[in-house]
Amino acid sequence: MKTFGTLLKNELKLNIRNMNMVIFAIIMPLVVLVILGFLYGTKPAADGAAYTFMDQSFGALCTISICAGGLMGLPLVVAEYRERKILKRFQVTPVSPVMLLAVEFTIYVIYAALSMLTLFPVARLFWNVTIHGSTLAFLGSWLLTMVSTLSIGMMVGGIAKNEKTASVIACVLYFPMLIFSGATLPLEVMPEMMQKIIRVLPMTQGIQLMKETSLGLPVSNIWLPIVVMGAVTVLCTGIAVKCFKWE
Amino acid sequence: MQEALKAERLSKSYGCRLVLDGLNLCVRQNTVFGLLGANGAGKSTAIECILGTRKADGGYISVLGRDPQKDRRNLFQKVGVQFQEGDYQPEIKVSELCEETACLYKSPADWKSLCEQFGIGDKVSRVVKSLSGGERQRLFIVLALIPDPQLVFLDELTTGLDAKARRDVWKILEGLKSKGLTIFLTSHFMDEVEALCDEICILKNGRAVFYGTVAQAKEQCGCEKFEDAYLVLAGEEGTDE
Repeated sequence: MKTFGTLLKNELKLNIRNMNMVIFAIIMPLVVLVILGFLYGTKPAADGAAYTFMDQSFGALCTISICAGGLMGLPLVVAEYRERKILKRFQVTPVSPVMLLAVEFTIYVIYAALSMLTLFPVARLFWNVTIHGSTLAFLGSWLLTMVSTLSIGMMVGGIAKNEKTASVIACVLYFPMLIFSGATLPLEVMPEMMQKIIRVLPMTQGIQLMKETSLGLPVSNIWLPIVVMGAVTVLCTGIAVKCFKWE
Repeated sequence: MQEALKAERLSKSYGCRLVLDGLNLCVRQNTVFGLLGANGAGKSTAIECILGTRKADGGYISVLGRDPQKDRRNLFQKVGVQFQEGDYQPEIKVSELCEETACLYKSPADWKSLCEQFGIGDKVSRVVKSLSGGERQRLFIVLALIPDPQLVFLDELTTGLDAKARRDVWKILEGLKSKGLTIFLTSHFMDEVEALCDEICILKNGRAVFYGTVAQAKEQCGCEKFEDAYLVLAGEEGTDE
């Protein structure tokens, strides 16, 4: 536990010093929030809807940080450590791969939580965003979305040969999910045909569930997203740990 | 006396190139062992196979009585390693790197006093990449000693150090040896080998061409200087290689 704490403290410091994640996981979601806020204000999501457009987008805004951490930050840092032979240095110490992965994982959990904690007060203060449904259900779906996305990142970082491969895979996963899954652009503004295709992305499932729980809508099919995201988590974490390469 | 390290019939090839060819090594506890040879003779591969970071094609390895691949986590509680191309996180500070290393062990040595001992005590708040080559080299020796090891591997330990710093490092290592440390080193400086090593092995094309003490090497070749004996034994004298 002491090992975990010290590693976490140091790695977090290094991560903040690097600034990338501060920009992409904390500042960028806020910028998107403000832009959407100026565009839509407190307009209802649709004619006669009981909730505003901003209420509807809140869940998706929380996933920008999850995407940045899970699909860019996490895989890149693990691949970089492998390429720079930092993992090789760790290999000749008593530390376990699970410990190293858990430390990096936790860092991005902290970013995601911090992002939500900065988004909510701003959204609340300026555009009166509220969680209409159960806060607990919303947090549960946020947690599930985060853990499953971070586990994808862990797998990519765990098996990519070098930073370049990791970076390519990360981009291929990151940008489509960020743009099309409803994290930045709300799903609702896209053409219907496109919406249908996008629904296949695992991230879309998470955002949909977060949206339904935050708005207090009847959840159409609760088991599908839970099963999809749960399976992704178990599979990716398993592969990341089992196939972990020091070099 | 018990052996700290034993390797028997160690072999390894990359593709069809044989890098280690039936190497036998035995390092007794509380001695300094030097693995010598030209660049590409197989020294680094031998160390990596012994540490288990590379899998040998064949042979038997025991380090402090343990199998380095199967028993990695227990073994490295008591083994320190300094790699030739040691790397670190780009923005990390000396203190952070030491702290991060120390937290991995059950009973680490005090890294602050190690830094003092190696003359980088006033550099702990600096970023590692801003250190000079010699300071960085000394930092990596400190990192290898943080586990408070019984056995330490030092790959080209004093490369990049000035004459005074080298002498200081030798003195510290001799002090640690007198407290029971076993040292496995590689070096291209023959004065260093002569000053420190109880036993040496000279590698050539993955085979041991000499195994014994520095005095025996000199005697075998009829050379007065060890460096001359080394060149004869390593087969480097007079060749362009």
